[in-house]
Amino acid sequence: MTSVLTLRSVSRHFGDTRAVDDVNLSIEAGQFVGVIGRSGAGKSTMLRLINRLIDPTTGSISFEGVEVTALKGRALRDWRRSCAMIFQQFNLVDRLDVLTNVLIGRLAEHGFLSSMTMRFSDAERTMAIEALDRLDLVPQALQRAGTLSGGQQQRVAIAKALVQNPKIMLADEPIASLDPANATLVMDGLRAINKDHGITVLVNLHTLDTARAYCDRIIAMRQGRVFFDGTAAQLTDDVVRDIYGTEGLREFNAAVTSTQTITGQPTTSISA
Amino acid sequence: MTLAQTSDARAYAPPIAVFEQDYAALRRRARITWAVGSFIFLVLFALSSWLGDFFKITQVSLADGSREWRWIIPAGIPRLGEYVAKTVPDLNWATLGADLADWFWRWKIWLNLLVETVLIAFMATVFGVVGGFLLSFPAARNLAPNRWVLWLSRRVLEIARTVPDLVWALIFVFCFSVGPMAGVLAIGLHSAGSLGKLYSEVNENIDMRPLEGVKAAGGTWFDQIRYGAVPQVLPNIISYTLLRFEINVRSSSIIGYVGAGGLGQEFREAMSLQEYTDLSALFVIIFVTVIVIDYGSEKLRHRVIGLERTP
Repeated sequence: MTSVLTLRSVSRHFGDTRAVDDVNLSIEAGQFVGVIGRSGAGKSTMLRLINRLIDPTTGSISFEGVEVTALKGRALRDWRRSCAMIFQQFNLVDRLDVLTNVLIGRLAEHGFLSSMTMRFSDAERTMAIEALDRLDLVPQALQRAGTLSGGQQQRVAIAKALVQNPKIMLADEPIASLDPANATLVMDGLRAINKDHGITVLVNLHTLDTARAYCDRIIAMRQGRVFFDGTAAQLTDDVVRDIYGTEGLREFNAAVTSTQTITGQPTTSISA
Repeated sequence: MTLAQTSDARAYAPPIAVFEQDYAALRRRARITWAVGSFIFLVLFALSSWLGDFFKITQVSLADGSREWRWIIPAGIPRLGEYVAKTVPDLNWATLGADLADWFWRWKIWLNLLVETVLIAFMATVFGVVGGFLLSFPAARNLAPNRWVLWLSRRVLEIARTVPDLVWALIFVFCFSVGPMAGVLAIGLHSAGSLGKLYSEVNENIDMRPLEGVKAAGGTWFDQIRYGAVPQVLPNIISYTLLRFEINVRSSSIIGYVGAGGLGQEFREAMSLQEYTDLSALFVIIFVTVIVIDYGSEKLRHRVIGLERTP
C-alpha cells in the first residue's frame, strides 16, 4: 500500500502546552483509521492541523506528495475541500435549510458573486440531494438544520462532506454527542463511504469499542505523542491502561471509556 | 480569600462559624464600596451643577420695575410657563373649525415638508444600514480578518457616529447647498456609525462553529460571513434597523434647522419671526408622526421577534 498522507515531526504548541508533539504518521489510501486517547491528548489538534484550520508550529504535512503546510489562498481552500471535516458539534448553520447546509460543501468552487447570492447550479443541487438520499435525509431537505435531531444533523454534516468530493475525510469525535442508535448510523455511514468510494477516513474516537469495531488501524495519542499504532487485536488491556493513564483507576472497563464531557470550543479543550 | 490563609485555626473551626466570619467581611466590603461610590458621585454631581450654572445668582426684574438678586432656578422656571403659554393657540368651541384652520394655516406646506421629513429618514436609514452592515463584520473582534482591518473599520464607524448629525448636516449643506440631500447624507452617515457599532456587537456574540464548518469546507472569509454569520444575526439587525428608523424620523424633523430639508426649516422661521402658535402646531405634527411611526415599527419588530420563536 502507498501512503497518501504523511506527517513528519509535526508539533503544535499553545503557549507552554505541546498539544501535538513531534508526531510522525503515514496514512495509506483507503484506510479507516481511528485515533484514540484521553481528552487533551492532542487528537482534535492533529485533525485541525491536517485540515489546516490551525497551522503547525514545526514539521511538515504532505498529501500525495504535495506539501499541505505551504498552501495558501485558492490552493489552501481547495485542500480543505478535498479533506472534508466532520465536527463533534456538527458545525452546521442552524438557521439555513438542510439543502443549503449541504451545498456549503460546494463553496470552494464558487466565485464571489454566485456564493454571496447563494446561487447553486442544478447539477450541484442534484449532487446534494443524492448525498442526502444516501443518508436517508431527503424528507428533511427543506427544513431548518437547527430543527433536526443531533443524529440527523451529523448525517447532514456527512452529506456536506460528501459533496465536497473529498479524498480524505476527517471526523473529530463525530459520535460523542449522539445516543448509541444515532452513533451507529453515523459510524455505518462513514464506513460505507470508506468502502464504496475508497475515501480514506481518519476519525477521533473516545469509545474503545467503536474503535475496535470499525477501524482497520488504531492510533493512540498521549500527551501530544503517538503512543500506539497498530490493529485492534494488538490493543491489549495493558496498552489501553497506559493510553488512558488510569491514575487511581484500579479496575479498567473498556466499555466505559466515554468519560469525555462535551467541551464548548474545541481549541480550549487542549489543556493538561 | 485572604482570610482563608490567615490562620490554621480556621481549618478546624465549624463551617458555619467560618461562613459567619466571611459573610461579615463581605458585608463590610460592600458597605465601604457603597460609601466611597456615593461620595464620588455626590462630588461629581455638585461639581457639574456648579459648572453648569445651577447655583448662579442673577439679577431679575420684578413686576414693579425694581431689580433684585435671585437664585436662577426659581427665577427661571416661571418663564418656561410664559413661553409655553405664548405657543398655545386661541381655540374657542364656537369657532373651532376656523380657529384650527388658523392654527394650521400653513398645513399644505407643512404636509409636504412632513412627507419630505419621513423620506429623508427612510433614505438615511437605507444608507445607514448598508454602510453599517458592511462595516460591522470587519469591526467585530471575532470576525475581523486582521488587526489593521479591525482598527480601521472601528475608527471609521467611530468618526461617523461621534460627529452629531446636525454637524454633518452643516458640512453637507456647505458642500451640496441647502436641501434634503444634505440631510439624507448627514443622518445616513451618523446612523451608519451607530448601526455599525450595534451590529458589530451582535456579531461578536455569535456562535463561531458554523463559520468553522464553512471554513473547513474550503469557504473564503466572505463565505464564512455570508453563510455562517449573516443568518445568525439577521433578526437582530432587522430589529435595530427599525429602531433606528424611529430615531431618524426625530432627527430629520429638526435637521432642516440648518437647511438640510424637512420640517426643521419651518421651526427656524417660526422662531425668528416669533410666530409662537406655529411652533406648537409643528410640535403637534411631529409628535403625532413620531407616535405613529414608533407604534408601527414596534408592532413590526415584535412580529419579527415572534416569527423567530416559531420557526
